Amino acid sequence: MSKKTLSTEEILHIAKLGNLTLTEKEVELFKKQLSSVIEYIDKLQEVDTKNVEPLSQTTGLTDIFRKDEPDEKRTLIPEEALKNTKSKENNLFKVKAVLTE
Amino acid sequence: MDLLGLTIKDIEESLKKGVFSCQELVKESFSTIKKHDKKINAFLTLNEEQALKQANHYDNLIKKDKNIFDEKPLLGIPVALKDLFTTKDIRTTAGSKIIGDYNPPFDATVVKKLIDAGAIIIGKTNEDAWGHGSSGENTDYEVTRNPYDLNRVPGGSSSGSGAAVAYGGVLVGTGTDTGSSVRLPAGFCNLVGLKPTYGRVSRYGIIAMASSFDSIGHMTRTVYDNAKVLEVTAGVDPFDSTTVPIKVDQYTKKLGQSIKGMKIGLPKEYFVKGLDDKVSNSIKNSLKILEKLGATVKEVSLPHTDYAMAAYYILVPSEVSSNLSRYDGIRYGGSREMFGAEAKRRIMLGSYTLSSGYYDAYYLKAAKVRTLIKRDFENAFKEVDVLIVPTSPTLPFKIGEKVDDPLQMYLSDIFLCPVNLAGIPGLNVQSGFVDGFPVGMQIIGPQFSEELLYKVAYLFEQETQYYKIRPKFKNG
Repeated sequence: MSKKTLSTEEILHIAKLGNLTLTEKEVELFKKQLSSVIEYIDKLQEVDTKNVEPLSQTTGLTDIFRKDEPDEKRTLIPEEALKNTKSKENNLFKVKAVLTE
Repeated sequence: MDLLGLTIKDIEESLKKGVFSCQELVKESFSTIKKHDKKINAFLTLNEEQALKQANHYDNLIKKDKNIFDEKPLLGIPVALKDLFTTKDIRTTAGSKIIGDYNPPFDATVVKKLIDAGAIIIGKTNEDAWGHGSSGENTDYEVTRNPYDLNRVPGGSSSGSGAAVAYGGVLVGTGTDTGSSVRLPAGFCNLVGLKPTYGRVSRYGIIAMASSFDSIGHMTRTVYDNAKVLEVTAGVDPFDSTTVPIKVDQYTKKLGQSIKGMKIGLPKEYFVKGLDDKVSNSIKNSLKILEKLGATVKEVSLPHTDYAMAAYYILVPSEVSSNLSRYDGIRYGGSREMFGAEAKRRIMLGSYTLSSGYYDAYYLKAAKVRTLIKRDFENAFKEVDVLIVPTSPTLPFKIGEKVDDPLQMYLSDIFLCPVNLAGIPGLNVQSGFVDGFPVGMQIIGPQFSEELLYKVAYLFEQETQYYKIRPKFKNG
């Protein structure tokens, strides 16, 4: 297996996908550390997975429904929902504008 | 009084007879914590005022009605909660500074169940931030130390819960197990630690790490206590659609039954290079004890074991990158710059394996390997009732030993994470002591076989009684 090295561009790209900003020092450190992890996980390519279905739900439960009725004992009032934010206005979360004119 | 000398059963009897009160018990818990925790760093938040108030209330209830224990099976029991467990009006940090001031407006289902059963919440415990780690060193706070040797790690990520139970601060420490996080600290701290079947215990209100893996467990000093807690925490929760509608067993009822004729499998792929000889010998001695108790041992094969770690470190970071995207500083907490190095690594790794052009090669491939690993276990359980493997390939390692090499740290979980890929239960019990350090042994069974795991563990514990050995606070 070839030795995998992530480039600075790749590191910055995946940081951006994860909404992270990195210092120059972090870019260098993560380049080295993540490259060694990716080299390790690449060994899965050896496994024959032809005709094997992917698995994410280990107990096999599917389609669990409940009635669409709120349980008042476990519902938050606006004051509770807002109590941990540092930015609110008129009982709403206040965020930066996403759209520009 | 001394919490290390007591079990849940002892406490119930003593409270009924009035040997001591709930208040005295809770005071003892806090005085033990104050004595040790400056050095051990097991707790991030204490709930002293509320706990004492609750204890006083329970003392009055016991006076009125001795049968209150039928309704509240954990009445008065001091419990510590890992800081991923959401607690109404008690700070919940996930071991991270991003939500270091988060004061939740609700209780996790398991927290509510424990409180309804009479447990007393003593405090919230330290951990690798967000559950990312095997040593406790990825906390954004002070590193938790192993009460058996303060220069060594207690195991992670539920590091504080493990240390707190081990030094006698509480009887029960809760944890989450996504790849090792209950069983490893249990193994390193001489405790019984359960990773239940996926979906046996509700995840509602537990800060999510990797949602298709997260299993909500707990650590205690004895098997009986562990089984007793699961009777309370297990079951369907309408708020977690992955909880499974299978009857919850009375896990304590079958403890003491014979294991004569039981077949124990020893997966040959786990006894290979990299496993410390001392650990291997300890497990082999334990198997002899189980044979003496009537079990038969045979070698089995789990052929895809060597690929489990790689599949795990694709699937888990993928889910992590998705779950941690909600920490955007809007509804609660600070900005994303405050993530620690390990959280950043996992978010980036997950972003990489899920990104366009890599999804099929990594995520989808790993999800298929997950099927093969689950199938390996299913095939093994056609031949044997349970499997026994070492919990860790090494003794508890030194603080700082693996922090600069994330891959080496990840490999600490090599004997534990296959269980999470398959969604099956694993129980750590103590195999013995080597050079003064606890050695853990994991009993693994098919999905929903917790009752069977406890049965095996209980007889073994009765025979060996390692839980009576106390931490020596070496290098303290």
